[in-house]
Amino acid sequence: MANDLALTRRSFALSLGAGLALLALPNPAAALTADEAKILVDKVVADINAIIGSGNDEAAMLRRFEKLFAAYADVPTIARSALGPAARQASDAQLKGFAKAFQGYISRKYGRRFREFIGGRIEVAEAKPLKSYFEVVSTAYLQGSSPFEVRWHVSDNAGKSLFFNIIIEGVNMLASERTEIGALLDQRGGDVDKLIADMAGL
Amino acid sequence: MGLKKPSMPGRLPRLGLVLAAGLLAGCAAVPVTQGINDPYELTNRKIHGFNKGLDRAVLRPVAKAYGAVVPGPARRAVDNVADTLDLPGDILNNILQARVENAANNTLRLALNLTVGIGGLVDVAGAIGLDEAQTDFGETLHVWGVGEGAYLERPFTGPTTARDSVGGVVDLVLNPVRLALPERGAIAATAVQVLSVLGTRDRFSQTVDSVLYDSADSYAQSRLLYLQNRRFALGQAAPPDAETADDGFIDPYEDPYGE
Repeated sequence: MANDLALTRRSFALSLGAGLALLALPNPAAALTADEAKILVDKVVADINAIIGSGNDEAAMLRRFEKLFAAYADVPTIARSALGPAARQASDAQLKGFAKAFQGYISRKYGRRFREFIGGRIEVAEAKPLKSYFEVVSTAYLQGSSPFEVRWHVSDNAGKSLFFNIIIEGVNMLASERTEIGALLDQRGGDVDKLIADMAGL
Repeated sequence: MGLKKPSMPGRLPRLGLVLAAGLLAGCAAVPVTQGINDPYELTNRKIHGFNKGLDRAVLRPVAKAYGAVVPGPARRAVDNVADTLDLPGDILNNILQARVENAANNTLRLALNLTVGIGGLVDVAGAIGLDEAQTDFGETLHVWGVGEGAYLERPFTGPTTARDSVGGVVDLVLNPVRLALPERGAIAATAVQVLSVLGTRDRFSQTVDSVLYDSADSYAQSRLLYLQNRRFALGQAAPPDAETADDGFIDPYEDPYGE
């Protein structure tokens, strides 16, 4: 209210002028982040293509996937989200331990599945803003099947661009992992420490 | 990941990592349902157990043998013929959905693959970017405004919804290929489709195995994957507006605990 009163004709003209100047610019902040989001996914995809084309044995491929995941994904956020409501009660040490165990678990799980991409390739198309983050759309071309869509959700919430979700033909990794981690936790009577200890073998 | 056939316990259309294209226009704006509606969970879980046993005892080993014995190009030819056999049913549904572009696309695809593609053995149309605009009567019902109804897991055919299981029966009864072919031809067509399901089960063995045998709760995981993928396939008719639509995606920064 005070601001309304203080809006003299002069300051109103000034702010209007500033507003118009801002409108005239192509919103550099958003454009930069969309580009960054695309650059990040370009890097991830180039690495995935290199790994699946490397001819490495499975153990070596999985190690490379874990490195990729640690470098380009927001692991603590994904892990906390996968842990769901249990994350609210967890201590900082538990969250840290879980994130570490989750990183290995998810790299092994998805790394194995990326093996099905051998002989195929992923092409990155475009990035666009979605809610508070960016969505990068890519297409996977696999031998013997029609091309299908892979979307990457990228946020700079952690201080730099990192992906936090992958959606393949509508199926999203976060939702899937929430279901899975929730079931694993139920099997252990909600004991997060036991889950962390067991995850190395999953 | 192009599980095109309703593969048995997985029925995870195009599901690789976890799992159709065409910008469609002019269809009724049926809201795509969110959440999980599973009032028959107890029964569904029993059927899931049965399907899993069947996969372990029959489908998985037979598919593995099929993949090992039959060379890749022959398996691809089988898949191509199976896709071609699906096309008349797709076109019929495209027309019922008033999706003229898809009907034209699939008709052209059928004509090309039957002629240049030697009776459907070679996917010539796919090679020039004319992919199958895959559909079914469940989608037709969706276009007509029928909601998905309860989640169901059916013996042998796996995850579905009330609406899509009705659609599946209609597709089976009104399949133009089966109606047009003499009895022996119809049996051969079914055999090709069974082989194609085997091929798909084999090709995506790691993904299907990981969902069925490595998940802590394979029932919940199959249900989630099926519903997400099915809604995605149907929602493609009306791509959500990025600015306003709630697409059901998760924002872990706004909702860190998934509540």
